[in-house]
Amino acid sequence: MTTTPAPKPAAAAGGRAGMKKELPEKFRSYKHVWVFIELERGHVHPVSWELMGEGRKLADKLGVQLAGVVLGGAGEDTRNAVQECYAYGADVAYLVESPVLADYRNEPYTRCMTELVNKFQPEILLLGATTLGRDLAGSVATTLATGLTADCTELAVDADGSLAATRPTFGGSLLCTIYTLNFRPQMATVRPRVFSMPERLDDKSGPVIEYEFTMIEDEIVTKLLQFIPDRDSNKSNLAYADVVVAGGLGLGSAENYQLVRDLAKALGADWGGSRPLVQRGWIPADRQIGQTGKTIRPKLYIAAGISGAIQHRVGVEGADLILAINTDKNAPIMDFAHLAIITDAVRFLPALAKEVRQRIAPNTRSRLVG
Amino acid sequence: MHIVVCIKQVPDSAQIRVHPVTNTIMRQGVPTIINPYDLFAIEAALRLRDKHGGNVTVLTMGPPMAEDSLRRALTYGVDRAVLLTDRAFAGSDTLATSYALSQAIIKIGKTYEPVDIVFTGKQTIDGDTAQVGPGIAKRLDLHQLTYVSGISEVNLEGKTITVERRAEGGVQVLKSKLPCLITMLEGTNEIRRGSIDVALAAARAEIVTWNAAAAGVAEMGKCGLKGSPTVVKRVFAPAARAEKAKIIDIGGLAPDAMASKALDEIFGRLPTIEKELTAMAQS
Repeated sequence: MTTTPAPKPAAAAGGRAGMKKELPEKFRSYKHVWVFIELERGHVHPVSWELMGEGRKLADKLGVQLAGVVLGGAGEDTRNAVQECYAYGADVAYLVESPVLADYRNEPYTRCMTELVNKFQPEILLLGATTLGRDLAGSVATTLATGLTADCTELAVDADGSLAATRPTFGGSLLCTIYTLNFRPQMATVRPRVFSMPERLDDKSGPVIEYEFTMIEDEIVTKLLQFIPDRDSNKSNLAYADVVVAGGLGLGSAENYQLVRDLAKALGADWGGSRPLVQRGWIPADRQIGQTGKTIRPKLYIAAGISGAIQHRVGVEGADLILAINTDKNAPIMDFAHLAIITDAVRFLPALAKEVRQRIAPNTRSRLVG
Repeated sequence: MHIVVCIKQVPDSAQIRVHPVTNTIMRQGVPTIINPYDLFAIEAALRLRDKHGGNVTVLTMGPPMAEDSLRRALTYGVDRAVLLTDRAFAGSDTLATSYALSQAIIKIGKTYEPVDIVFTGKQTIDGDTAQVGPGIAKRLDLHQLTYVSGISEVNLEGKTITVERRAEGGVQVLKSKLPCLITMLEGTNEIRRGSIDVALAAARAEIVTWNAAAAGVAEMGKCGLKGSPTVVKRVFAPAARAEKAKIIDIGGLAPDAMASKALDEIFGRLPTIEKELTAMAQS
């Protein structure tokens, strides 16, 4: 159990409300770490399991339980998601099955999560920073009037048991650590691939707490008319690729970007680029790597002509091996790359692609992972 | 119809520099712009107005100099600009910001005409939270439509709206009701260039300026630092790794030999990757 300073009546009356920890009496019973399990169209988004891995560490540090919270339509997919919670480290799972939760819509999901939090009172609530997670988190934090920190890159528990949520700030030029001292739950979202996938344990099970959600379809204004799935060819799978090649302004021109794609093809890798390339229209927005684009955790990351601003750095630091190709040996990327070649990427990339093709095999095809 | 577009004036992030010694943001001389994501919201609002008639009001909360962005928005042809500015709002996090803006939107609705749609951008480029839009929606009990890529139908009589919403792995087609709040996805339209006449009028236009009291913001405990549950305790630059990148010595080598050496280094450090790449190539 965490220690908290003695209560004061009507905590935080006046002054800088949240600077000092004076947790009001009503929040003292809030306990345990929750992860919202993002189940959409039968599939759990992997970010939910990544959060489980991190949530496990927070729960252990606090000496509390880790719970997975599964909302969905009644059926096998929803039940399977509950089973998977244990496999990824949950002590307990909350389950809400209702026809109104079959497809994600803000209204029923916000209402349901708000009811669950008010009833079961977790101290920490984590969600993936996906379109679904961000849509839901912003709403739930408002209905609960609590603090929410978006796109965290690091989560920790400090000496007095508060969640220390670190995220990039000022457009990714610095990092800041944010606390929600006097409100509960402490909410945070984390982007896919910021944390690694925890090991999956078979044959683990645990208690399921089922909650009856009474909202009916007639109460919900927004109706889902249709879901148009993305064609696979549209989809970049950067976040989950094993090998990624990316380019930056050092390539000099949009035409030279093709060299990145050629190397990616030779390696069977996925491809992307830094923010300025998206801003200049050299590559589509879903190919952006960095804080406001995709976070990647490949085994191998090759960065060609990328200087390595912090907002890029936070998106690639999870890579096992980073090779930087840059003409400037003092570029910031040298602070976080493992290997570097000081040369002009435009000259070097074709040679590397050729070498890869010779050494590996002639017809390497692009592979999508995960 | 009456549409309110919430915008934010932000520093042009391309020009932000961090002081190398103190690790603080060097703000001097950094130009400000309308948050680029908000331009898609402004254009979407203007297109609806052009089609259905009515007015577009832009609203921002910020210091007095945020007037610059409102004037800029007027050059695109919005009909009215409201600046919400009060020292009491300083230090607001997203929850406090959504409270103040929601109260101002209520006031705009009462002062001018009832509001049918509130637009925001997807997120800002300085905070990147994407939380203020949903916050306003919940506070005003508006139907929340985020990451909208297209608006296919608005029926003012029936008070219905149909939109396409970007979701994970596809697009949701959602039918909802007015009044609603829409956060507009980037790349979905292109901001127009206003005419010279509009630009000249914008330079002279009145900017409606409200402090907290004028905007009908009643509960000051929900504003500024007091109303912000989150606290920023530390701002810092990430620590440099103990080890810098190992620079592969390629002195005098031809590109082919350089490439060979680079691959040796990669495979030396990641022995499994060579096997995986080979296996992949053969499968």
